[in-house]
Amino acid sequence: MVTTYQQPDAQGYYGQFGGAYIPEMLHRNVAELREQYLTIMQEPDFKAEFEALLKDYVGRPTPLFHAERLSEELGATIFLKREDLCHTGAHKINNTIGQILLARRLGKTRIIAETGAGQHGVATATVCALKGMQCIVYMGEKDIERQAPNVARMKMLGATVVPAISGSKTLKDATNEAIRDWINNPHDTHYIIGSVVGPHPYPDMVARFQSVISKETRQQLLEKTGTELPTHVVACVGGGSNAAGAFYHFLDEKEVKLVAVEAAGHGVHTGMSAATTQLGKPGILHGSKSLLMQTADGQVIEPHSISAGLDYPGIGPLHAYLFESRRGVFLSATDEEALASAFHVSKTEGIIPALETAHAFAILDKLNLKSTDRVVVCLSGRGDKDLATYMQHL
Amino acid sequence: MSRIQQLFHRKKQRVLNVYCTAGYPKLQDTLEVILALEQNGADLIELGMPYSDPLADGPVIQASSTIALQNGMSIEVLFEQLKELRLKTNIPVILMGYMNPVLQYGFERFCKEAAAVGVDGLILPDLPEYEYETIYGSIIKNNALDFIFLVTPETSEGRIRKLDTLSSGFLYAVSSSATTGNDKDFTPVESYLQRLKDMSLRNPVLVGFGIKDKASFETAGKYTNGAIIGSAYIKALEHSADIRATTKQFLQQVLQ
Repeated sequence: MVTTYQQPDAQGYYGQFGGAYIPEMLHRNVAELREQYLTIMQEPDFKAEFEALLKDYVGRPTPLFHAERLSEELGATIFLKREDLCHTGAHKINNTIGQILLARRLGKTRIIAETGAGQHGVATATVCALKGMQCIVYMGEKDIERQAPNVARMKMLGATVVPAISGSKTLKDATNEAIRDWINNPHDTHYIIGSVVGPHPYPDMVARFQSVISKETRQQLLEKTGTELPTHVVACVGGGSNAAGAFYHFLDEKEVKLVAVEAAGHGVHTGMSAATTQLGKPGILHGSKSLLMQTADGQVIEPHSISAGLDYPGIGPLHAYLFESRRGVFLSATDEEALASAFHVSKTEGIIPALETAHAFAILDKLNLKSTDRVVVCLSGRGDKDLATYMQHL
Repeated sequence: MSRIQQLFHRKKQRVLNVYCTAGYPKLQDTLEVILALEQNGADLIELGMPYSDPLADGPVIQASSTIALQNGMSIEVLFEQLKELRLKTNIPVILMGYMNPVLQYGFERFCKEAAAVGVDGLILPDLPEYEYETIYGSIIKNNALDFIFLVTPETSEGRIRKLDTLSSGFLYAVSSSATTGNDKDFTPVESYLQRLKDMSLRNPVLVGFGIKDKASFETAGKYTNGAIIGSAYIKALEHSADIRATTKQFLQQVLQ
């Protein structure tokens, strides 16, 4: 099988990135998933249940909104793909719906997940409540302190939130703890990874579940503009799940510019950044080979971003391949630029975006847009969860 | 015959492999720990190269890795320390670690330098067999290092055979589906060890994970060639004022 942007090879590689670098203790579970995910996803009753839940529970299709005032300001046509209007307030639920249906077909009864800002944790707790499954969410001890409202939401939804107290006590350590839980519970448990990271088949599987974003976008653009293709698709990237979904059906349309925006933190070269493609080297974390922020000795560096959802030292292997092959354009926005842009979008369009999403908006004026350009910005989540941060800057 | 193969040629039962973390408890303790283990009855040393994100390890070994990294341990420092290894001891030494630091060091350079300081084998739990067969296995073999794969109670018979074929030195039987240092009951493990015994594998088998005392060491020894102790020894070292005395006491309660 040949690697394409939409499909990794049989071993899960996009170019040199991907694979399944896992200890033997995970082999059976990961192999089971790898052997079955495509078959299950193509079963008619799976598709019907997935699509019905996306429509009636998540509220899809999400609107593609023509942002007139931003368009005027930037001198191009700007469309916002409103993933913030999904149930639970972000795109994360597209993936958790898909994975919980898959987990049930694999006969699993116990769900584990990792979360950083808590959005994926909430989306996982939500689908577990919906399907009556046990839910354990690992969250860094530091993030539990920083993201109290989402911790409360998860608990209210019936999930157990377990603090990750190892290492740096943030997202990467929560992921380590979730993987260890899976090693210790190999029979009844499915691990719902929240981004396009982890061992094969996770990056491909999560990208496929999120690809509904670009599938709808194509259709909606056709209706609104008479052409399916935008000139640019812009999305923020931490691990990269909303970007993978927003890019997916445009990956092989070479004339569409795919713009990924990373978190520069205090600035790319300040030592307080999460701009993985700028700062990372090829390496292995959480079961796949990708670009990774690390020391010269190969120890993983703790990143920094004001946005907990972009605060990850790696990036999905698909994105590493888009970067390396230059299919994608990788830019970054600082904490300050993201904040300013969050306030600006709120006042200009009446939409308070998540801090993650604000990074995507922050680079629009650097794209040198022309009046004929049609730009789709993936508005991945709403900003309610970030109010505590926003309130400090009002 | 490699040092590891010679060991199993000479000793077929009750082989004791002890894990320790390089640069723990203090940066300069690596060799002293190895020598103390040898002098008190260990047959084989599994020397852990600390990593920030050790997926297969439990809290005890991860905590020792964190301390070792804070102490300044790295592959470079380790190889410098190990230059004196073969002047002082002939005990087989296996390096255990995760792929990322090794890749950054340069895989081939790592194997060459490991062999040059007298290391005998490698355990890299997150090196999958596909990548071993297509890329890394030949580099390991060219440097005359043994490579030890892990099997678990979940590993199918066909896969155990395959990993046994790819391994040299011995096969590492993870006692249960767990990370290191767990307290799971050891009894159900026995049927799995019996199954391994009945397979008459090519390589000797050592049991690891959950081995912490005389009882679990003896149980493992009934079915296999011996066992690996890790977390229990690291715990003992944690509050040790005297590495030699602690090691002597620890190994006495396992071996006698």
